[in-house]
Amino acid sequence: MTTEITIELDINGRSETLTLDPRVTLLDALREHLGLTGTKKGCDQGQCGACTVHVDGARVLSCLTLAAQAAGRPVTTIEGLSAPGGELHPVQAAFLEHDAFQCGYCTPGQIMSAVACIREGHAGSDEEIREYMAGNLCRCGAYPHIVAAVRQAAEMAS
Amino acid sequence: MARTASRNIGQSIPRLEAREKVTGRAEYVHHLRLPGMLYGKIFRSTVPHARIKSVDVSAAQALEGVYRVVTIDDIREAIPHPYYGPAFHDQPILADGKVRFAGEPVAVVLAADPHIAQEAVGLISAEYEELPAVFDEVEAMSSDVLVHDVLKPAATFPDLKHLAGRTGTNVALDYHLLRGDPEAGFAAADHVFEHTYRSQQVMHIPMEPFVSVADAADGRLTLHTASQSPSFVRIEIARLLGWPENRVRVKVPYLGGGFGGKLYIKLEALVTALSLVARRPVKVALTMEEQFFMVTRHPCTFTIKSGVNKDGTIVARTCKVVWNGGAYADIGPRVTQKAGFTSAGPYDIENVEIHSYAVYTNRPPCGALRGFGAPQTAWAYECHMDEIAEALGMDKVAFRRKNLLQNGRPQATGTIVQDAALEQALDQVADRLNWNEPLDRGDGRIRRGRGIAVGFKGITAPTTSVAIVNLYADGSCGLYISTVEMGQGSDTVMAQIAAEVLDMDAAAIKVVHPDTDVTPYDMGTLGSRSTFHMGTAVRLAAEDARKKIAELARELGLPEGSNLPLPELFRRKYGMQAGNIIGTASFIPKYEKPDAETGHSRNATPFWGVGASGAEVEVDTETGHYRITKLVNVADVGTALNPKLVQVQLSGAGIMQLGFTTTEEMVYRDGQLTNGSLADYKIPTLLDIPPEFINEHVDSEQKDGPFGGKGAGESTTIALSPAIGNALFDAVGVRLTDLPLTPEKIFRALCEANGTPLAGE
Ligand code: FES
Ligand code: FES
Repeated sequence: MTTEITIELDINGRSETLTLDPRVTLLDALREHLGLTGTKKGCDQGQCGACTVHVDGARVLSCLTLAAQAAGRPVTTIEGLSAPGGELHPVQAAFLEHDAFQCGYCTPGQIMSAVACIREGHAGSDEEIREYMAGNLCRCGAYPHIVAAVRQAAEMAS
Repeated sequence: MARTASRNIGQSIPRLEAREKVTGRAEYVHHLRLPGMLYGKIFRSTVPHARIKSVDVSAAQALEGVYRVVTIDDIREAIPHPYYGPAFHDQPILADGKVRFAGEPVAVVLAADPHIAQEAVGLISAEYEELPAVFDEVEAMSSDVLVHDVLKPAATFPDLKHLAGRTGTNVALDYHLLRGDPEAGFAAADHVFEHTYRSQQVMHIPMEPFVSVADAADGRLTLHTASQSPSFVRIEIARLLGWPENRVRVKVPYLGGGFGGKLYIKLEALVTALSLVARRPVKVALTMEEQFFMVTRHPCTFTIKSGVNKDGTIVARTCKVVWNGGAYADIGPRVTQKAGFTSAGPYDIENVEIHSYAVYTNRPPCGALRGFGAPQTAWAYECHMDEIAEALGMDKVAFRRKNLLQNGRPQATGTIVQDAALEQALDQVADRLNWNEPLDRGDGRIRRGRGIAVGFKGITAPTTSVAIVNLYADGSCGLYISTVEMGQGSDTVMAQIAAEVLDMDAAAIKVVHPDTDVTPYDMGTLGSRSTFHMGTAVRLAAEDARKKIAELARELGLPEGSNLPLPELFRRKYGMQAGNIIGTASFIPKYEKPDAETGHSRNATPFWGVGASGAEVEVDTETGHYRITKLVNVADVGTALNPKLVQVQLSGAGIMQLGFTTTEEMVYRDGQLTNGSLADYKIPTLLDIPPEFINEHVDSEQKDGPFGGKGAGESTTIALSPAIGNALFDAVGVRLTDLPLTPEKIFRALCEANGTPLAGE
């Protein structure tokens, strides 16, 4: 058995102290240890994007990130994007308006990716959006609607 | 026709669950954790066909943190006959003396920590006595290698009964249809054409992998499962346990995608057995890789032969369709029959003969996947149509139009076709492709072409749906249905239908998700059936509730049409805010099962699914790489009850079939899957969407559907592959017969056509 470590995580502006196996991924720390199930586990291997969150404001695949790597750095998940019952983040609102999902399982990852994509300045055209959102798979195939939603949110942000 | 006055029907009402989904708060089984729950991780066979000599679990059992390791012997203590399946009781809960495909579950480790369970799986070893295996469906038809010693059909399908106890065969169902005299037709025809086409094995890959949780205690069982058919799960689990149905409760929240994969019974039998053995709640959640071993789409070899006259009239057609069902039948026999009877295509042909076979092989099991076999058959008959038109020098659209089935004419089974907008769909695609305008075909290295295809499908029958509409004392409404919301938008559309009858807003209706203790029976969320079947049941249940409201008003002595608000009615009746009005109804459409000899039926399907597709492609003749520059899909969905939801269904299904057409294929070496991950098995991404991508529905009406509607989830999968295959031929003059359509295949075919064939694959 590996010795457990204690780390301090800054999740959506709240400080959380966790004692866990150092091999635990950020994804499992969020879902299993903190009950933040908004972030989804698809492939658990960095191939689908369902687990996308922000660390230091940049998008990362939380299944390929150890919880310990995120210690002390601000982490934002889908739960941190808008307050429960409160106003939606513009990207969430755009996804809703454009029906940019079906089953919704990839959606938190898509939205987190889109927020960062717009912030990075990579949502200037449909081609750019396609290129910079291509790591987020959607088996329901809501892609045309995702592009439309990201475009609208990007236009509003600029 | 769409009623413009309605505030519900024909309106693009936003998904009722949209907010939950964009905030990450939607509930999936994947999130569920119960007190005391154990995680099960599966040890799988490494060989495709073998007798198990021994399984050594001692090291795994000894690992600290392991609760228990379970094999079939343990399971038999809880379930004496541990074999399940919707059509055949052929699948053991864990391998029983034999393994029949590489990847089959052999043992399960249970632990409170899933990582420990996974580590322990690596400590299990098994010894096998390997047996010869068979992987190809055509070979399996006559092979000495037998996947099962004896056939064990389930009692639920009367038309499989005659197969009980059959030995010495891999054929799990044969469906036959004979209409007229095809041999005489061929003899009299001016030309006879025969071709063979193949479809590959692909997988659904829902982004939420298969997951089920069982909690068995005190003679009762609750299953939380990502299932498309909770009612069937309850019935099948009750049968396995020998319990009455009311002791098995099946709950289904949202599904993270299903596409036919999560139908009938999948992990539910295993988690039930594990929970009974361990006396603790047990969760099994597959990894993305493991999904490939659960269920897949049938590979298919289809030989089609047509007799055609000089004027382009098809006078005779024979179809031999062989479906590779893998090691366990799942719903394959139904696919064989349902896709079998439409395998001659949507054409009016006097003489037709069809033979459709479900065959066992040593591959992972195959079942339903978005189209129920229709895409595989259309791949063959629509490529064949183009090859014939090419040979006759006829326009591809005109040739199809000449032979197309019209409403009012008998389909091959004898069923009179109604409300199938085949010609409209074909014409609309041709129009969007500017079919009558010349195409810039390119020159030199880059060549362009375009292709078109049309197809149809029958709908699973006979099947039942039951709905309950519950009006509360404040006048609000709950809709109790076992239709599973997996992204198709059923919550919203069912609420629209109920709201339309009750004169309410759809958004005000609460749709209660499947819970077999609460929601009534439904056969399953599958095969484009929900809008038509459950939609009708919901409409009738809401009408029943209305009738009861009127009765209550009469009982209270109110004048006819007094229109007193519902809460006031309740108050007058009960003296306070109390009581319910319950409207209920069931629906089973007319159906006549096909004659065993001739395959004839006067009512073969509740309605017809119709899809047409068109594509423009650009091929690099020096590499075989190609781009789909334009893709058009047109479906007949009857009246679009919610146009926005229909739109995302049509384009989503199209994108999925695009993957099955261009990249996706489960590749094996010696029976071992070699590309079971998203890194190696490529599903479409944002970059794969054609620059011009048009998805539309025709203006039509399903007269007996709820407010004119019918299913929309599969129609655009049907004709897409042959449209692209036909476009490639049009561009570069080589015909690919086997899916997927890879650049390598095109390049090889081009080299072959140029007289410089490449060495073998
Ligand atoms: S779950 Fe992290 S990329 Fe798929
Ligand atoms: S919405 Fe289902 S996977 Fe994207």
